[in-house]
Amino acid sequence: MEILSVQNLNKHYPKLDLKNVSFNLEQGYIMGFIGRNGAGKTTTIKSIMRLVHPDSGMVTVLGKDFAAEEFSCKQQIGLVLGQVSYYPTKKISVIADVTRRFYPEWDTNAFVSYLKRFDLDPDKTVKELSDGMRVKFALALALSHNARLLILDEPTSGLDPVSRDDLLELFQELIENSERSILFSTQITSDLEKCADFITYIKKGEIIASTSKDDLVNSYKIVKGTRVQLTETLLPRLIGCKKNDFGFTALMRTDDLPTVDGLEVAPADLESIMIHIEKE
Amino acid sequence: MDIVISNTSGDPIYQQIFEQISAQIIKGQLPSDTCLPPIRTVAKELRISVITVKRAWEELEHAGLIYTMAGKGCFVSSLQPNVLNAKRNQLAGEKLAKDLEYYKTLGISLEEIIAMLKKNYDKG
Repeated sequence: MEILSVQNLNKHYPKLDLKNVSFNLEQGYIMGFIGRNGAGKTTTIKSIMRLVHPDSGMVTVLGKDFAAEEFSCKQQIGLVLGQVSYYPTKKISVIADVTRRFYPEWDTNAFVSYLKRFDLDPDKTVKELSDGMRVKFALALALSHNARLLILDEPTSGLDPVSRDDLLELFQELIENSERSILFSTQITSDLEKCADFITYIKKGEIIASTSKDDLVNSYKIVKGTRVQLTETLLPRLIGCKKNDFGFTALMRTDDLPTVDGLEVAPADLESIMIHIEKE
Repeated sequence: MDIVISNTSGDPIYQQIFEQISAQIIKGQLPSDTCLPPIRTVAKELRISVITVKRAWEELEHAGLIYTMAGKGCFVSSLQPNVLNAKRNQLAGEKLAKDLEYYKTLGISLEEIIAMLKKNYDKG
């Protein structure tokens, strides 16, 4: 069953155009949302949540039209847009007490257990928290009203490697019973290599891939060779070819691999796929 | 059941899982009707995606090594010794064919390969 469906979202800004952004997320899976700075990740997330108003397009959450049933759709979603930075002089417990009132399904026990898990002291004020702690606080708020869909914009940025690893473990725990789904954007592609089931890749406001991570990664290979091997026939098939004094490195579609011997062919990862595609 | 995933191996993760579990089934370490852990638990434990584990399970089922009971999970198939042997030879054959391709690109003759095999087999 589809937990989130985004169809043909368009939003025009002077410096960015979201063009027919469409993708679906099934229940019980983690989707990574990748793209360069300014590619439209946050704008897409804000358009989904109607924090900005898309020019056209449709979003459904668990089959419900978001625009028509905004309140009930938002009850199903836990949203994190960066760290909590509002009300810096208020205590965690006070902010939670305010947030609670917006959610009929607020679960105080869950919130308390997340505070414990994240080592957050409810008597501390927001300005006393480190960046990483603020992200964790935002997550604790988002996770405590029985949301079925978590939409997280860069939740791992600002966290140290250990906290990031803990967080990814938590994500996998959350989807284990196959009821929840997570959509999260990140610049740290290695986080996605570990746990993402699907990847949606946005470039200059357009979705250029939305597929399973394994399929995406397997559909490309890194090809290396000497300058002599860089022939006229090979060149047009290379993606983001980087030449150096001794040879070249490029990305190729797996089904486009040359039969020529001698080229060094290695598996690609998300990072190398992104780098070569963006250099194209 | 043991699974150790290598990040440096060129083999896809689902393939590594498939090979390790099928070896354990063929060697009898996982007896017939053993219940495999749920896919989502394996994904969480190994810190890999659910889809990757699903793919490995599908390959195992396709190879006839496990069967699915709806709502209950996946179990190791009961295989007669001769069938197990055939599976073992089939898996070994597939791997060998792949390796042979590589040796051929290096221009190694059959006699040389056999000599190398003997030398290394005795070592191990």
